[in-house]
Amino acid sequence: MTAASVMSSLLAVEVPYWASSIIKLGVVALVVPTAALILGYVFLMKMMSFMQSRLGPMEAGPYGTLQLLADGLKFIQKEDIFPEKADRTVFALAPLVVLISTFLIFVVIPTGPDAVVAQLDVGIFYALAVSSLSVVGILMAGWASANKYALMGGLRAAGQLIAYELPLVLAVMGVVIQAGTLDLQKIVAAQANGEIFGWGGIGNPFILTQFVGFFIFLVAVQAETTQPPFDMPVAESEIVGGYQVEYTGFRFLFFFMGEFGTAFAFGALASVLFLGGWALPWGDITHWGFNIAGPVIMLVKIMAVSALIFWFRFTYPRLREDQLQRLAWKFLIPLSLVNIVVTGVFKVVL
Amino acid sequence: MIAEHVAFGIIAAVMVASALRVVTTRDIVHAALYLVIVLAGVAALFLLVGAEFTGITQVLIYIGAVIVLFLFGIMLTRSDFDQDEETDHKRKFPAILTALLLLAVMIGALVDRFDDLKLDANPQTTAQVSDELFSQYIVPFEAVSVLLLAALIGAIVIARREEGG
Repeated sequence: MTAASVMSSLLAVEVPYWASSIIKLGVVALVVPTAALILGYVFLMKMMSFMQSRLGPMEAGPYGTLQLLADGLKFIQKEDIFPEKADRTVFALAPLVVLISTFLIFVVIPTGPDAVVAQLDVGIFYALAVSSLSVVGILMAGWASANKYALMGGLRAAGQLIAYELPLVLAVMGVVIQAGTLDLQKIVAAQANGEIFGWGGIGNPFILTQFVGFFIFLVAVQAETTQPPFDMPVAESEIVGGYQVEYTGFRFLFFFMGEFGTAFAFGALASVLFLGGWALPWGDITHWGFNIAGPVIMLVKIMAVSALIFWFRFTYPRLREDQLQRLAWKFLIPLSLVNIVVTGVFKVVL
Repeated sequence: MIAEHVAFGIIAAVMVASALRVVTTRDIVHAALYLVIVLAGVAALFLLVGAEFTGITQVLIYIGAVIVLFLFGIMLTRSDFDQDEETDHKRKFPAILTALLLLAVMIGALVDRFDDLKLDANPQTTAQVSDELFSQYIVPFEAVSVLLLAALIGAIVIARREEGG
């Protein structure tokens, strides 16, 4: 039961297995660039501009809405440059590895009772595992560029991503303990059907009980997507863009889509884990209408989470490398462990 | 079953080819990257037999962490981008001998244990894994966690001593 089968029931057409696979593939392939466009335009271009008392792009399309499309076209036309000493194969593959990791996260994100590409029993665990693949791509880029700034950026990225992967995974543990499952659909159902001390008026979105987890998750996501204030790996004033420094044209575009696509995917995961996902606490969540309304509800929640992430991004100055590591190891990880213990105690007592 | 056999054949062929490149390539970063393909193949095989949890763990631990540490170590300690003359193949024959011996032992052990064992057709769920882990295998599980803790403390002590001395 998937998005494709919903379409078939609407159109009263039987969709064969291979066709539904192609449709799913197409949906995922479209979601990543669209997500990058939405976040890039709404937050990077407009929200940042307004926060800095300027208008941002205004010329391309109404209110500059087509600016990123124009940028994308420009990137595709550019010459495909390889540095002379670069390790060509690895250099070419690196952006693809990052992008594939982003694509793979979207596979398990549910947007309706049937509107999900693959409902896995290990859902959230899978999403966190494939999101960690991007580190390999970043290290490949840093190494293959044969550039000291790129290498430095790659190393910083690896150190940071390993450090913040732990709080990311541990923050999710609290939700998993409360819901009693790793399956993202069942986590959504647990929140929609949940009750707060016997009162089911708004379900039980886990942000209420797991607010510590939500906070840790957001900070870790910020670091995982190397956004300011955690942008040491790409700090342009120190290492001119880090592992991306030698990339131009569509290969740079891949990194851009990977970064913003991953931010969107993590926003979606945060909405599913903490904000109730595609469901509303009222009515029957197995109703097929949620396949249509679900994506819209999800988008609203993702935009709310992304607004928070980008608000941090535009507000705080960059953390130094030692401050960054200290925050992860000495604050976030102990805090998330305490959160797990407290959640576990409550789970057993209540 | 035919589809599974074909998939197994393809994955196994890719894994063997990559594994050979791991030991024959002269570039140590390439060796680590070929190892990624081998480990991804292992994960794919786990998924193929329905062990979802084990397969995903393989990706998270080996590709997401172990390989990243390998690459991190290599890049931190080497600065030349050219081919490594130091990555020699001088001890080729002892290595091949060890590999063959290990292969013989593994084949013996695996055939002995799993000779005509039929796999359950249903995928193993995470709940099943954790139920078994925390009931039937609780003692080995705890022993492993104590072992890991000891290794962790040991690593910190050794690193600290070098720093001080």
